[in-house]
Amino acid sequence: MAEIRLENLNIEFGAFKAVQDVNLTVKNGEFVVYLGPSGCGKTTTLRSIAGLVNATSGDIRFDGRRVNELSASERNIAMVFQFVSLYPHLKIRQNIAFPLKARGVAKAEIARKLDWVTEIFKLGDDLDRYPGALPPGARQKVALARAVIRDPAVLLLDEPLSAIDEQFREEMRWELGHLQRQLGVTTIYVTHDQREAMSLADRIVLMSDGRIVQVAEPDAMFFEPVSVFAGQFIGSPSMNLIDLVPNGDGLALGKEGGVRLTPEKDGVPPWVLKSRRPLKMGIRPLNIHLVEPQRQADGIDLPVDDVYSVGRERFFTFRIGDALCQGVDKRDAKAGGTAGRVRFLPQGFLFFDADTGRRVTGETMP
Amino acid sequence: MADHITVNSAPAAAVPAPRKRSSGRLMILSFLSPTLLILIFMVAYPIFSLVYYSFFNFSALRPAVAMKPVGLGNYAFLLSDPDLWQRFVFTGKFVALCVTLQMLIGIFVGYRLQKNFRGRDVIFTALMMPMMLSPVVVGFLWRYMFNSEWGVINYLATTIGLEKIDWLGQTNAALFAAAAADTWMWTPFIILLATAAFRGIPDTIYEAAEVDGASPAYTFFTITLPMSAPVLFIALILRLIDSFKQYDLFFALTGGGPGSSTETVSFAVAKTAFSYFYTGEASALAVVLLVIIIGLSMILVRHLNKMGERF
Repeated sequence: MAEIRLENLNIEFGAFKAVQDVNLTVKNGEFVVYLGPSGCGKTTTLRSIAGLVNATSGDIRFDGRRVNELSASERNIAMVFQFVSLYPHLKIRQNIAFPLKARGVAKAEIARKLDWVTEIFKLGDDLDRYPGALPPGARQKVALARAVIRDPAVLLLDEPLSAIDEQFREEMRWELGHLQRQLGVTTIYVTHDQREAMSLADRIVLMSDGRIVQVAEPDAMFFEPVSVFAGQFIGSPSMNLIDLVPNGDGLALGKEGGVRLTPEKDGVPPWVLKSRRPLKMGIRPLNIHLVEPQRQADGIDLPVDDVYSVGRERFFTFRIGDALCQGVDKRDAKAGGTAGRVRFLPQGFLFFDADTGRRVTGETMP
Repeated sequence: MADHITVNSAPAAAVPAPRKRSSGRLMILSFLSPTLLILIFMVAYPIFSLVYYSFFNFSALRPAVAMKPVGLGNYAFLLSDPDLWQRFVFTGKFVALCVTLQMLIGIFVGYRLQKNFRGRDVIFTALMMPMMLSPVVVGFLWRYMFNSEWGVINYLATTIGLEKIDWLGQTNAALFAAAAADTWMWTPFIILLATAAFRGIPDTIYEAAEVDGASPAYTFFTITLPMSAPVLFIALILRLIDSFKQYDLFFALTGGGPGSSTETVSFAVAKTAFSYFYTGEASALAVVLLVIIIGLSMILVRHLNKMGERF
């Protein structure tokens, strides 16, 4: 186990800057998830920690010791790759034992460790089969077993679940989280799936265009995004973003044909009115509910386009000005299915600078 | 009007005419027949006639003389001929030496050439050149280079203070010279296949091995070689078969000499058939050669299939 520190990490491929000025400390035993869209530099960062990619500048430290010059095999890390990286010509048993054999561990010790991981991952039936005979999910389980068998200082996981079908993925995700807590190994996990990140991480590192956007615990990531990008990347369906337009002495939601807001009644904080810069309002779909038409007092009349339900959740879309928005609420027998009126829950309002995309609060108001 | 016509004719077209099963087979046969006919005339007929002639005392020079059936006489004669055993031993030595050299050098060079680097394509193309020459040309080329008086190899040997060697005048030296020429010519083939096999292994496999702490040598022997084994096996099969029936190289390089000590089995077949015109005896020898080569191929192909099942 180790603490990992990245200091001013830069990785360039020719003129392309894959990773720029990344600073991060991953605490001993922590589960950190790198999250971001494709090409944001998260996998490159992971590979540089593994020693498979060289940092152009900056330091990578394990427990304070600079490891930039060490090869992957000298860093005592273990890694699970996105695509199958099991050795196809070796049986599962030999695959799992490979890291120990390659390091010349004694046979008795290998057998003991093999029993241990077989027990954890329940691989007993598959030990004498070849990887080709296993479904993708089971293969990743074997890859994980191969990774943890030699007590690595750091466990690196590069989208390990993305090639697995949905049902098995859920199960694997749970097992993975459970296993990490059990072993207490420092873990860095790369994914583009925000649900995976939210459910597994102690802390999430959100990246975009080679830079860190935000480092936060999952809850903080959700409730206090630092920018429009962070707000919209986390949460599904994605956060609605609506223009705030000055309208007489008040504000309107949406540019054309928008909805006039009454700050006191609609729960818009007073400082928003005083902002000298154009703002946008972000509101997560779960903070928008459908209301019964007769309860005029709480809602805003908006044309609701489409309503559908998945189990107990009801999804609907509507337009504010030219913006298409989404809302989600619980399908409740009492509320009825009548569409046409939505209610915004004011505690969910987030405000962003319309030009920079940074989040603005009463304290940081420009 | 046109509408009426389409409407009327449509139902008739929609119902397919009942088809007989045999017409499908006939179709398949008719498509295959050109290839089959060529194969029958070019492969099956010669093989059958070869086997047929091997049971007769017959010379193609004198077809008028009646063919005398001798049963297994030709085979019995061959198997009791010590000269022929000598040829098998020599061929075996040659095959073992060539194939070992070619596989070792080919795999080594192929491993070096698998990574992309500047000038790789040029080196690769240059390496492929010997393979494109005719074996007879290669034979003469090396014959001149191995010439004991004015050949470049002895010249180079004398410049570093070694004695001149009569390369093509002694059996063992001639064996080495022929193996060198064959290796020069055919190692590129192994390089080609080995490089393709090595490059077919995904990078993540190597990355996984590196992360797992495997040294480059350990990775080579436990990952690279076993994973490219099926392709390398094909290369081995082809080289074994090809060098086993090597004839033209020896024809040009040593002419079978000194004496007949560098005659391979194929050489003996050619000599028996077209110098002495003992057609029956030559046929019998060719059948023996054929059986050996088929046997060799079958053993290796079976092994190959077994390996293929794992992937």
